[in-house]
Amino acid sequence: MNVAVRNTAAKPDVAALKAQAAKLRGKIIEMSHKAQAAHLASSLSCADAMTAAYWHVLNIDPKNPTDPLRDRFILSKGHAAAALFATLAMKGYFPIEELDTYCQDGGRLAEHPPANLLPGVEAATGSLGHGLPLGCGMALAGRIKGENYRVFALLSDGENNEGSVWEAAMFAAAQKLENVCVVVDYNKWQATARSNETLMLAPLRDKWAAFGWDAHEIDGHDVAALAEAMQNIPNGSGKPVALIAHTVKGKGVSFMEDDNNWHYRAPTAEEVVKSFKELGLS
Amino acid sequence: MRNAFADELTKLGNEDSRVVMLSGDIGNRLFDKFKDKHPSRFFNCGVAEANMMGVAAGMAMNGLRPVAYTITPFVTTRCLEQIRTDVCYHEAPVTIVAVGAGLAYSGLGPTHHACEDISFLRSIPNMVVICPGDAFEVRGALRAAMQQDRPVYIRMGKKGEPVVHKGPIADFKIGKAITIEEGSDVCLLSTGNMLPEAIEAAHKLKEKGISAEVVSFHTVKPLDEDKLKQAFSRFKLVATIEEHSLIGGFGAAVSEWLVDSETQAKKFLRFGTPDAFFKKSGEQEYAREVLGLTGHQIADKIIHALS
Ligand SMILES: Cc1ncc(C[n+]2csc(CCOP(=O)(O)OP(=O)(O)O)c2C)c(N)n1
Repeated sequence: MNVAVRNTAAKPDVAALKAQAAKLRGKIIEMSHKAQAAHLASSLSCADAMTAAYWHVLNIDPKNPTDPLRDRFILSKGHAAAALFATLAMKGYFPIEELDTYCQDGGRLAEHPPANLLPGVEAATGSLGHGLPLGCGMALAGRIKGENYRVFALLSDGENNEGSVWEAAMFAAAQKLENVCVVVDYNKWQATARSNETLMLAPLRDKWAAFGWDAHEIDGHDVAALAEAMQNIPNGSGKPVALIAHTVKGKGVSFMEDDNNWHYRAPTAEEVVKSFKELGLS
Repeated sequence: MRNAFADELTKLGNEDSRVVMLSGDIGNRLFDKFKDKHPSRFFNCGVAEANMMGVAAGMAMNGLRPVAYTITPFVTTRCLEQIRTDVCYHEAPVTIVAVGAGLAYSGLGPTHHACEDISFLRSIPNMVVICPGDAFEVRGALRAAMQQDRPVYIRMGKKGEPVVHKGPIADFKIGKAITIEEGSDVCLLSTGNMLPEAIEAAHKLKEKGISAEVVSFHTVKPLDEDKLKQAFSRFKLVATIEEHSLIGGFGAAVSEWLVDSETQAKKFLRFGTPDAFFKKSGEQEYAREVLGLTGHQIADKIIHALS
């Protein structure tokens, strides 16, 4: 068994994580403005989960992005690529300046995470419902090879519409993939309508529990709570863990919060300034 | 193209109470008019395309005329089994409408590109494959699809493409290609959203003294065999043009026809996308330039082939 050493005891530094989350949101807003790209609200919605994962939980080394023992993080809701690209750049996987090439001709940063192109991106996502099956495969590969890394998959609530998610959920439970953790960014919006008016997700925690997962509801903007729950994987339940993270789409900027126009809209220069003020950034 | 689709669909919904619209959680506000008029015949099926296609087939088996719509890869490859078995095997009159075909959504990356869909769908028995060349062809194709009793696949670009036809096409027929510009030296057979590039290529060729006919070959299956016979007998060079893989697409279908019909091509060129994912960031114009699919690049290649 190749055992990765993890510091599970460390308490999250709440103030530092909060500051980091604000910085991440600022970067995402800048990128969306510059590229006039869609999915800003989707990216802001999961910024706290990304921060908890990358700045507290994941056992990763940006200088060694293919370390076999690294924890795997899959942004299954690939349309929030801006959040992933900004995170990876801030962590040092590639130069921060490369974020300026987001959506530019000839670059590596298209609107969804690419395959085999950018260090730190574990899987190409963008077609919803692929991340968890891939994650189950990664976790089983670890089990077979005797590597104890963990696999985190961040899913959107709309993504829970896909049958493939539930096929993987049953598979993971049967295989007792206790190293797998799903975080559902439950912001109650999809692309064109309210989630529960599209397909009935509720009661979402109960569904995951009924599918054999150790499922918990959590405040998806409480970085400390997210960090602790994710760091605790595997948590001794013997089951894969689902964190149903209650979130607000567009979180962090008052005039974007819970306004689904920002699923497609990109901010003007003026709106960027306003957002930065609200986030306490200059 | 997508606005023309939504508008024509609304009209068809008004005329025919069997028309039902199924969308895979895309097209924000696009179907507001349809929803307004026919709230009980619009369904946002969510991000669950396999289910959407099965539901559409079930409706079609029971007298309705469902239209299933979302982004190309998700309404084709994501639910291919449902298309093959539920729709085509049952000959259920489902109209599948795809937006963002080829590299129309280039900037969204390979998960959203669709350069294999013609290949997959045309190999399924009972399926009709239509790739409209502009907004008016979209309207014609949708109307024609609704007037017959079998599965149809309509492959659209996005929005804001140049409009080629002057107005509604009164005699749009499935399987009947439309001559856009007449010529005498070479014949450009274009399918789908490449039509404006084909026209540009013809204009570049004209500048070099080469007279090019431009044909919107909107139906890839069934092929307009009369048009193909004419083209290969009249012109010294025939080219197929598509934003789709050279494997299994329109050019491949014409190649198969050439062999099977024992037709001798004088010169035959195929323009399409290579056997590779287009991984670079960038919009459609950029992707076409990199892949040699712009009008001027097509013209240059033809000039080279003729010299
Ligand atoms: C398989 C698939 N179908 C459709 C889409 C188009 N699409 C992109 S985002 C989205 C839904 C967005 O809502 P949600 O998944 O809840 O994520 P949010 O942005 O609200 O976090 C859809 C339908 C897709 N990317 N993949």
